[in-house]
Amino acid sequence: MDINEELVKQIAENSRLVLTEDEVKEFKKEFKETLEHFSNIQNADIQEEPAFHPIKLKNHTNNDNIEPENCLTQEEALSNVKQTYEGYIKGPKVIK
Amino acid sequence: MSAKNHINLVNNGNIDIEEFTKETINKLKTLNEEYTFMSVITEELAKQQAKQIKNKINQGKKLPLAGLFITVKDCLCIKDIETKSSSKILEGYKPKFDATIIKRLKEAGAIILGKTIQDEFGFGSFSVNTGINIPIPKNPLDKNASAGGSSGGCGVATALLEKEGIPHISIAESTGGSIEAPASFCGVIGLCPTYGKVSRYGLISYANSLDKIGVMGNNTKDVMQIFEKISGKDEKDSTSKQEFGFHMEQNDLEDMERVKGFKIGVLKEGFSEKIKPEIKKTVKSKIEEIESFGIKTEEISLPFLEEYGLSAYYVIAMSEASTNLSCLTGLRYGKQDIKPNEYFSDYFKRIRSESFGKEAKRRIMLGTFTRMAGYRDAYYIKAAKARAKIIKEYKKLFEKYDIIISPTMPFLPQKFEEIEKLKPIDHYMADLLTVGPNLAGMPHLSYPVFKEKNPSGIMITADHDNEDKIFMLSNLMDKLKGGRENV
Repeated sequence: MDINEELVKQIAENSRLVLTEDEVKEFKKEFKETLEHFSNIQNADIQEEPAFHPIKLKNHTNNDNIEPENCLTQEEALSNVKQTYEGYIKGPKVIK
Repeated sequence: MSAKNHINLVNNGNIDIEEFTKETINKLKTLNEEYTFMSVITEELAKQQAKQIKNKINQGKKLPLAGLFITVKDCLCIKDIETKSSSKILEGYKPKFDATIIKRLKEAGAIILGKTIQDEFGFGSFSVNTGINIPIPKNPLDKNASAGGSSGGCGVATALLEKEGIPHISIAESTGGSIEAPASFCGVIGLCPTYGKVSRYGLISYANSLDKIGVMGNNTKDVMQIFEKISGKDEKDSTSKQEFGFHMEQNDLEDMERVKGFKIGVLKEGFSEKIKPEIKKTVKSKIEEIESFGIKTEEISLPFLEEYGLSAYYVIAMSEASTNLSCLTGLRYGKQDIKPNEYFSDYFKRIRSESFGKEAKRRIMLGTFTRMAGYRDAYYIKAAKARAKIIKEYKKLFEKYDIIISPTMPFLPQKFEEIEKLKPIDHYMADLLTVGPNLAGMPHLSYPVFKEKNPSGIMITADHDNEDKIFMLSNLMDKLKGGRENV
């Protein structure tokens, strides 16, 4: 499995992470070892359809009812937010 | 004292539960200083609950879990109590709601003592991957050894509070072996039920299709009693099963004729060269005891699982983890530190990089990789196909056998100095025997077996929804040769 530093940086970028150069080197080595092991799965002879869950699930829809006792108030929903503005969550800037 | 006896004494007013709770909290604080297994001790909540229970009992009410002490893995939400899955990125997060199982336990009269330390988001088998600045739980039998993971704090609490004579149950969670490993390392019982049997509402997910909430305790009846209370359909979790919760009558649990008629498959791969000789020897002795009771055993094999199980498990678990953790961006809860004029994408990357521990970063990145264009079919889809084949392999065996048994862990509790030398792939190999039932969503229980004070576990696995068979065999083992004494 060819894991190079560029690929590790690309994976980090897709994961919304920034790595130090030392981390890039360390993860490159570890990912190579780990993925070499996991890659054995590509040789498996499997005819089955993929199982995305271990049991068969039925589609589930809730009744379209408003249940105030099961809803958070605006105050509760914002209680863990450090920066708010007039009942909104204040986030970082989105235009450079 | 068993949970049942304690609950009766509390309900009859023979124990002053307010006083007992104060004493228990003090003991827990002292133990925690030595073994560092609690993330939060919920002193005020516990005292408030004890007061309410006492009032209700004084009014003549009886509660099904009156005054039973509970500890809870940190990944489960408790209203107004810091809940952070042992991660810095959720530091300070206080949910405004209870997880469904917490709501059920509170209503039944259980008293919550606090949250237990775990591997960050469940990413580990030794509880050494706790988040930044979060201590590592110590094994109650050897402070220089791991308590197992990821529900390590639950295992420590279960073993220590038993020694102190405090009636207690821990609520843990398993994705690929996180209940079973600490049960084996700490010498207690750990039940991981059928996928969907217990609501996951209010659980901070590691991998949705694998996460199961379970129970750790010191005897089968206590574990079963709590499982009855927390299982069952919940409208808030679309994957919780349609059937009613688990229930088993005492007579059925004690039906020794039925237990004698069980056909047990002994997993050949559980005794391969990958498993340490001391584990094989101890577990074999326990199997001989079971056979001496008249139960028939036969050697069986799950060759496809042996070859591909670990890879399939880790690819699925990491893929799901990488998507689950993408919501943690330091905006709505937990760690928040927005600098003026910082661009949103730069902020998200910075806060995540500063706050996730190394193993969390590793798993997020590997999971992102296995879902990336060009790699998805080769890894994630192939792993999901492998899971289908593994389920089929299990189902075929369960047409013939009631139970499959094997050791739980491939080795005894590992010393911290030994763990430090391990590479990530060596850590993943620790789950060799536990990934199978977790991938297939099969119920399983690790039963403790000791040899010269060294704890190991025998893992009992049954078909979906066959927890009754597991409890019957576990209950029999409670009776054999003094239960968990040396074999």
